[in-house]
Order: sequence, then structure tokens, then C-alpha cells
Amino acid sequence: METTIEVAGLRKRFGPTVALDGMTFTVSPGQVTGFIGPNGAGKSTTMRVILGLDAPDAGHALIGGRPYASLRDPLTQVGALLDAAALQPSRTGRNHLLWLAHSQGLGARLVDEVIALAGLQTAARRKAGGYSLGMRQRLPPALMFDEPFNGMDPEGIVWMRGFLASLAAEGRAVLVSSHLMSELQDSAGHVVIVGRGKVIADTSVADLLASVSGNRVMLRTAAGTQAAAVLERAGATVAVTGPDALVISGLPAERVVALLSERSVPFAEVTAHRATLEQAYLELTKDAVEYQSGGPARLAGRAAS
Amino acid sequence: MNTITPSRSAAPPARAGFAHLLHAEWTKFRTVRGWVIAVIVAVLVTVLLGLFQGSHSHVAPCTTGPNGPACHYVIPAGPGGESVTDTFYFVHRPLAGDGTITVRVTSLTEVAESSQTLNGRPVSTKPAVVPWSKAGLIITAGSGQGSAYAAVLVTGSHGTRMQWNYTGDTAGLAGRVSAASPRWLRLTRAGDVITGYDSAGGTSWTKIGAVTLPGLAPTVQAGLFATSPGYAQQTSQQITSASGTAAPTDATATFGRVGMHGGWPGSSWTGTSVHGGPDSPYVTGHEAGYRQAGSAFTVTGSGDIAPDVTDGVPIDVLLAGLFIALITVLVVGAQFMTAEYRPGLIRVTLAASPRRGRALAAKAIVLGAVTFAAGLAGAAAAVLIGIPLLRASGNPVYPATALTEVRVIAGTAALAAVFAVLALALGAILRHGAGAVTVVITAVILPYLLTAAIPVLPAGAADWVLRVTPAAGFAIRQVIPAYPQVAASYTPSSDYFPLAPWAGFAVSCAWAALALALAAHFLRRRDA
Repeated sequence: METTIEVAGLRKRFGPTVALDGMTFTVSPGQVTGFIGPNGAGKSTTMRVILGLDAPDAGHALIGGRPYASLRDPLTQVGALLDAAALQPSRTGRNHLLWLAHSQGLGARLVDEVIALAGLQTAARRKAGGYSLGMRQRLPPALMFDEPFNGMDPEGIVWMRGFLASLAAEGRAVLVSSHLMSELQDSAGHVVIVGRGKVIADTSVADLLASVSGNRVMLRTAAGTQAAAVLERAGATVAVTGPDALVISGLPAERVVALLSERSVPFAEVTAHRATLEQAYLELTKDAVEYQSGGPARLAGRAAS
Repeated sequence: MNTITPSRSAAPPARAGFAHLLHAEWTKFRTVRGWVIAVIVAVLVTVLLGLFQGSHSHVAPCTTGPNGPACHYVIPAGPGGESVTDTFYFVHRPLAGDGTITVRVTSLTEVAESSQTLNGRPVSTKPAVVPWSKAGLIITAGSGQGSAYAAVLVTGSHGTRMQWNYTGDTAGLAGRVSAASPRWLRLTRAGDVITGYDSAGGTSWTKIGAVTLPGLAPTVQAGLFATSPGYAQQTSQQITSASGTAAPTDATATFGRVGMHGGWPGSSWTGTSVHGGPDSPYVTGHEAGYRQAGSAFTVTGSGDIAPDVTDGVPIDVLLAGLFIALITVLVVGAQFMTAEYRPGLIRVTLAASPRRGRALAAKAIVLGAVTFAAGLAGAAAAVLIGIPLLRASGNPVYPATALTEVRVIAGTAALAAVFAVLALALGAILRHGAGAVTVVITAVILPYLLTAAIPVLPAGAADWVLRVTPAAGFAIRQVIPAYPQVAASYTPSSDYFPLAPWAGFAVSCAWAALALALAAHFLRRRDA
């Protein structure tokens, strides 16, 4: 059973603040969809609307074509981690999972399996493929994670990435929000970039990278004039940035090396500068960053860190 | 790519879904150790304070009066098992089988003991109006206290009445009897049925009522009686004590034109003072008795033929721990809801159960069931162990029927559950633990404290408070009923509530239902 999460035209205001301004996107099964935007862009609000926790002023969110509130035992169809801290301090973690399981008509055995699973993963860092088949079959077909990497150590981040990718590989629709593009760089196949309550870009990661301008090559050479002539003749754009430094656009690094070697132009160093998702993200969200608290410098700095 | 088929692809019916929610909420409740401990503590406090109350005396210590010790007096029980006062002067003859007796009453006067004393003893009496002084005709199964009876009588200020078996009371002609305005009274026995009539002129008669005294023996005693309850007047009320005056009274009635039809085998009248215990109920220096001149009689008596509401320890004293237990229960009830809000747990709860009304209902049912069970255990242990303890400690226990015991025990448990649900609902409305606890204690405990435990409110205000606030439900604990035909201090501080037990309970339920409806409304309307 493949399930799609569909968000269409969501609008919501909190007093004077517009939280959602026509949010529209679809989370398809079989891939991890990154849900990326600066803090305050409406990611968490959107996820709360999907789960029926917040009521939108307009628009709708459907899971497998149905509103969340109409699902029976909804957690068996949609898994969601919204706030890892939403636990009652006086109740143990196992008992928290136990009441959740009971609310969906599931037994204590499943809870113990889940705990064993998590314990295995953190202790032994086994690959996500190592879960028991019975366990995996019980995971719901649609999954949402709100900032799952927050507070995780590097090992945990690696584990989480593998976990997300493996869930998607089994045909699940996986939506993962983050304010840090880098966290999702290797696991998301698709990204929905949002800012100020609406979608800025809804694209595959490959297309996003290709769209970003400036795949550049840095060249260090004493024979700057000669090198520039050779490369310009091959169609590149060359800019002089220092006494013996050039920046070449329009040619991949391999071609630059080949051309210079052919013409026997001496060079000290050729460095390829690939555009990153981070750059793409920053470029896209430049205008969408909220200027309310902390100032743009701090937010941008945080987003790039 | 694998295709995932969840093992639970067949959705269960909605009813099963609600059972799952109940299960989940029960798991939530039992997995917070503080709540479980609080409920256990509430039960223990109820039981221990019940045992404490049962193991000491609630009556005045024994004093030796002129007639011997004034305690260890057994309160008579009426045909219905209720505590009764049955003390009067009786001029009677046997009535065998069916028959009728008719009499004219021309006066009823009362005197009270005077507060003037000489050498420590009262020396004179003073005229008084005792509203429920009584004189008239009575047919009684015997002269033992607590016998079945029916009577027609004139009263100090409540007109003519027909009364039977202590609790029955029907009004006849209004107005006070006098020589200018005499009252004619008639009692007729036909089998087990006794019918009472009154008349102003002795010619046209009005039937007041007919009552059945089941199993009435063929021969009964019938005749004239007079009695008058002591009066108590509350003069002031302080936070810790009430003061007033109390004194015995006598009533003297003048009868004439006694006429009888039917089976009256005897030929002479007998005077009997019906009373129990060693204490003479009469005004010092006054003698009970009668004088006869032909068919005219003067009868003087003191006491009352009525339900007893002042002697006897009601079993609800055993539930003194209820208030401490209730505060604990209210805190747990509020927290069961507000704990959802502090860490944002409510989002998980509502994601698991998107139909919010059902989520709230499941919470309320689990909390109500837990507190009802705990209340039942605590109250049952306190009352059922406490009653024999009370008796062993020399307390005359006010007789409560099994039904009343069940009402006090189960009603107390149900009240705890209703109040807990009220606290839960307030928690959902306010989303703030301390706020919800403050409001619910103000609504439930405070009205009771100010009206009953520490009666600082005047009686009228106290009545009003216990009619309209959630505290009205404490009426479910009332053991001794209030009778209109018995003058007593029917105030909350004397364990009397203005509403009947179930009516008061219904008021509390209405508050809880209203709060729950508001809570459901807010829970549905608000973003989680």
C-alpha cells in the first residue's frame, strides 16, 4: 500500500502573523522528501496541519486521499515525530510507547521490539536494513519527521540518514523537515524549499544542483595571460582574481586540466568548486528569511553552519 | 522496491477504537507513579480517619443525674427502622376490632421552664408558644416506644394534622385551637386502615387522610394524648460554636364530648406516661397526667411523637477523611489533563486520537472509573469497619437503612469521581495545573468549608451556596433526613443540606457535564 501526503493551498494566520500562505506540495512514496526552510517558514505548522493538530484557515491536507482525522488508528498509517521532548517527565519512555501502542490497538510486544530496535541501532550502529522483517512491516506507509537531526551527535545523524533512506527505499512516503540543507544532502531525493509560509522550490535534488549558477574552477598559475587565452578560446569565461589566480566558469575542471596540458601551459593548482545544496538553498531563501528576531546575519550564519 | 503492507490493514470498528483509547488512557494513568501513589494515599486517609472517628465517642460523657446515669439510653426505632422520639402522655382504652372515637378540643397551651432560679433550681414556668406541641386522638399498636400509630391532632401553630408512624404528616384545618374556635377530631379504624377527620363545628367532617398500618393487632390502644417538644433557640453563631437557649416545655389540652362507637370492651380510662430512659422530659415542678370530669378531660404531656433528628451519631462522621482525600483527587484529576500541555504531549495524544471529543471522553471515563473505585474502597472500608467501632465506643449510631449506607458509600465514591472529572475538564479549559486546581478547590471545597465545616456564612447564604455551587453534591452524604414536622437546626453545619441527596448530586453532575462540554468545545476549537 503506497500512500501519498498531499498538501494543497494551506493558509493560516496566528494573529497578525501569516504562518502559511498557500503551502502546496506532494510527498510521493519511495523517496525522502526534504522539507527545508528557515525557522518560521511554516514547516512545523504544515506538519501539524497534516496531523489534524492545527486547523488551516484554507486549503487541505490529505494522507492517501483522506484527511488525517478520518483515519482509523491513524498512527498505523502515518508515523510522525513532531517533538522528541513531548514526553511526561514522570513516565518512562517504555510506558510512553506503551500507551501510544494501546491507543492504536497494538500490544506491548511491539513496544519491546521498537525499544530493542533503537537500542541496537544506537549501540551497534547496524545498518537500517538490519531490522527484522516483521518489525519493518509494521511501520506505517507515510512518515513525517520534524527536525529529527536536532541535538543528534554525528553518529546519530549518520544513522538517521540511513534510516530515512531505507524507509523510503521500501516504498514509503517520507517527509523530513530541517532548517539545515546539509543534514539532508545525502538522503533526500526531492526537496521542498519553503519560506514565509509558501513553497519557493519543489524539485529533485539533481535538478536543484544543476540550476545553481557557478560551477567554477580555481586556477593558480604563473602564466596567467597564456592560460586565459587558451581557455577563452575553448569557450570559458575567465576572471583574474589575484596575481596568479584565475577563476574559470563554463568548463569542468577535467577539461581545464586537459587543455592546459595540451598547450603546455604551466599551472600550480586546479580546484573544482561544485555548487552545494547549501548554496542553492541560501540563494533561494535569501529573501525569505524572517527579519524579525536576531537579524539576517545571525540567521544566515546559522543556516550556513 | 518492496511494497509495504501493514499488518493492520483491516481497520477495526470505531467501537474497538474507543476501547483502545480507554486502554491507552488507563496506561497513561497507571504509569505515572505519583498519581497512583496519590490515589492510594487518598484511600488510606479516608480509611484511617474513618477508623479514628469510629474509635472515639461523639456523645457527651456520661453524667449522673437525679434519675441515674443519663447515657446508654437506647434510641427507639419506629416501624420503618428510623430513630424516633416517642414520649407523650396518653389517656387510653383498648379498642377491639373496628371502631371510632370522636372528641372536641377547646384549648392547647404550653409552658416552658423559666430561667429564673432559686437555690440553683428553676422556680417558675412561663407561657410559651411551641409550634409543634401536639394534642389529639391516637390509635397505637401498644404503649411501647416506637409502636405503629396513627393520630389526628391540633398543634401549637401548624393547625390540625393527621400524623402516622412518626414520619407521616398531612395537614388538616389551619389555625390555633381555642374555646371560641374549637376543633373536632375523629379517628376510625377499619381493619388495618385508620382514617382521620376534622371539623370546626362537629357536624360537617373533612377526611384528612387514611393510612394503612400493616399487621395491626385486633386489639389496640386508643385515646387522648398531649406532648410538647423542648424548644431550642439559636441566639448567635460564631466560627467555632453556636450558642442558644434550650428548655423543656409542657402542653396542656382540654378535651370534651368524647364519643365512641364500635368495640370498646373496657369501662375506664388509663393514664400512661410513654417515655424511655431515666430522665423525666417534663418541666421541673410540673406533673404530667390527666383530670377527668365526665366526658371532659385535661391532659398534660411533654415530649414528641416524631422522627428523632438530634440524637444518634450519623454514619457520615466516618467519612471525615473525605476532604483531604478529595483535595488529592482534585489535584490528580487536574494534572491528568494539564500534564498533557506542559511538554506538548497533547499533540501526541491528539495525533493518536484525532477525534478530540473521544480523546477527552476516554480520559474522563478512565479518571472517573479510577476515582470511583478508589472512593468506593475507601468509603466502604471507613463506613463498614467504622460502624461497629462507633458502637463499641459507646456511640448511639443513627440507624441507617442498607439503602442509605449504600447511598453514602457509593454516593461518596461517585462524588469523588464527578469532582475529579470536573477538575479534569477545568484542566482542559485552563491548560494550567495550578490554575485548574485553584478553581476546582474554590468551587468544590471552599463552599463546603464556609458553610458546613467552619460556618462563617449566614444560614440563608449557606443554603444558597449549597444549592447552586458544585459543592451541592455533598448532600449525598446526608444520613439524617430533615422533617418539616420537627423543629431543629437544619443547617449545613449540622450536616443538613438544602437539597435532597440525589438532587444535590445532580447539581454537581451538571457542573461537571457543563465543564466537560466546554472543555470538549475548546479542545476541538483550539490548535493543539
